[in-house]
Amino acid sequence: MGRLNEKVSYWMLVAPALTIMIVFYILPVLGIWEIAFTEPTTGVDNFVKMAESSAVKTSFVLTFRVAAITTVGCLLLGYIVAYSISNFANKFTPLMLALVILPFWVSVLIRSFSWIVLLGRSGLVNDTLRDAGIIESPLRLMHNEFGVLIAMIHVMLPFAILPMMTNMRGISDAYVKAARGLGASEWTAFWNVYFPQTIPGVMSGALLVFVLSLGFYVTPALLGGGRVLMISEYITYQIQEFLNWGLGSALSVGLLIATALVLLIASRFINLRSALLERK
Amino acid sequence: MMPVSAFRIFFQTGAWLILAFLVLPLLVVIPVSLTDTSYIGLPKEHLSMQHYVNYFSDTEWLHATWSSIWIGLVVATCAAVLGTAFAIGCWFLSDRASAIARWVLITPILVPPVVQSLGFYRFWVHLGLIDTSFGVILAHTLLALPYVSISVFAALVNLDRNIPRAARSLGASVWQTVMAVVVPAAKPGILTGFIFAFIVSFDEIVGVLFITVRRVTTLPKKIWEGIQDNIDPTIAAVATLLVLLTLLITAITALRRTS
Repeated sequence: MGRLNEKVSYWMLVAPALTIMIVFYILPVLGIWEIAFTEPTTGVDNFVKMAESSAVKTSFVLTFRVAAITTVGCLLLGYIVAYSISNFANKFTPLMLALVILPFWVSVLIRSFSWIVLLGRSGLVNDTLRDAGIIESPLRLMHNEFGVLIAMIHVMLPFAILPMMTNMRGISDAYVKAARGLGASEWTAFWNVYFPQTIPGVMSGALLVFVLSLGFYVTPALLGGGRVLMISEYITYQIQEFLNWGLGSALSVGLLIATALVLLIASRFINLRSALLERK
Repeated sequence: MMPVSAFRIFFQTGAWLILAFLVLPLLVVIPVSLTDTSYIGLPKEHLSMQHYVNYFSDTEWLHATWSSIWIGLVVATCAAVLGTAFAIGCWFLSDRASAIARWVLITPILVPPVVQSLGFYRFWVHLGLIDTSFGVILAHTLLALPYVSISVFAALVNLDRNIPRAARSLGASVWQTVMAVVVPAAKPGILTGFIFAFIVSFDEIVGVLFITVRRVTTLPKKIWEGIQDNIDPTIAAVATLLVLLTLLITAITALRRTS
């Protein structure tokens, strides 16, 4: 039995999953590129239209802004949680860990629904404030960027916490102890010694949250109420309302290229292999 | 004992506040589901189980729930089998080509949901798979494969390559080695992958919105339509059941891990 023969049998294990992924996933996604260049006419018309439309520009700017704010928010809040869980071990640590994992398992749809219940015109927050006599008329807490951002940060937070925790688990406390022993304050030791070591985890968390936020559909569509049109919702709008497959596909290509660029830029700073392929 | 520093207090209280932000909003559906009103809000005069009664007596809700469960189980099984074979093959190969194959298999994590759903829609129209359970199962299996492959591969990282090598040199075939040596080592990863795959399918909404019309309805689709049309507290009852189920499963796994 040859070495080659051996290899063939391993590829036979790989083949079924790889084949259906290429035939039923990669090809359909590439098919969108074809539509973008061929419907309704062959050429780059759709991309010209896209570049000229101010609505498209607004939507792309909004998408990047929401994704950026969500990422920063998740990193700030997530860092505090990840730091506490990793550095102050006590009897509550398993509980804290469970509370981070729990929302992960509840569907995005349900979590967005909870925020609608809380932030709606006659939602729980408005009702409570009115009953307490703090406000006269309901505050506008959703169907705007504010509502979308709160819910997005809520949905994405675990994606930021988990990679940061994985990274912090591997950091030895010897350096911080040494810095403290040499007279650094707790804050100085954290900022100059501990924090720099956590940057790889922060970056992986940032990448994950940013990339997922760019293409997010469910939460912005539900909390935005048609007023916060991020690119994904803009695409479905073009296709479902106007049956404009050409422009919808061109926008999809634009979104794919934007995502790929983000990954490309990130790969200069982050080990993508450990951030994506060898997660957990 | 050292005095507790401001630094420590900041991180500790901060962490608990943020965890409250993460978890409490999930619980608001509980009081709302018990409302005696016919709209979303807190109970006015008394607690009522009417929305649970409504859920359990509405054939559409029950049908959607059942569809999601069985589709999820089929998807998890298919994805677990295909993904495990894939990860084991790649683990044996461990060359450049297999690394590329692994990147190809995780693309569904990176492609935005709306974009891949457009692709599914156009292709499924060609294949006549629109509005069929098979069409949904195929799409969900593709979306679940990355998770199975990642978790099985992670389980194999600790497996000593000399063990399967020993099995081979003692005369076991490739198939026997895989089944008797590698699969048992990968078992925790396969189980995690199976659960992940089930949840991916059970929660998936964007693809279903594109590739189904009327004949196939899953639970997320029913919830989605309910939120869009009129917000009926039955959704809060369903949400409560799902949140409590998740809470229960998380608690059980957390307890098992500590004991």
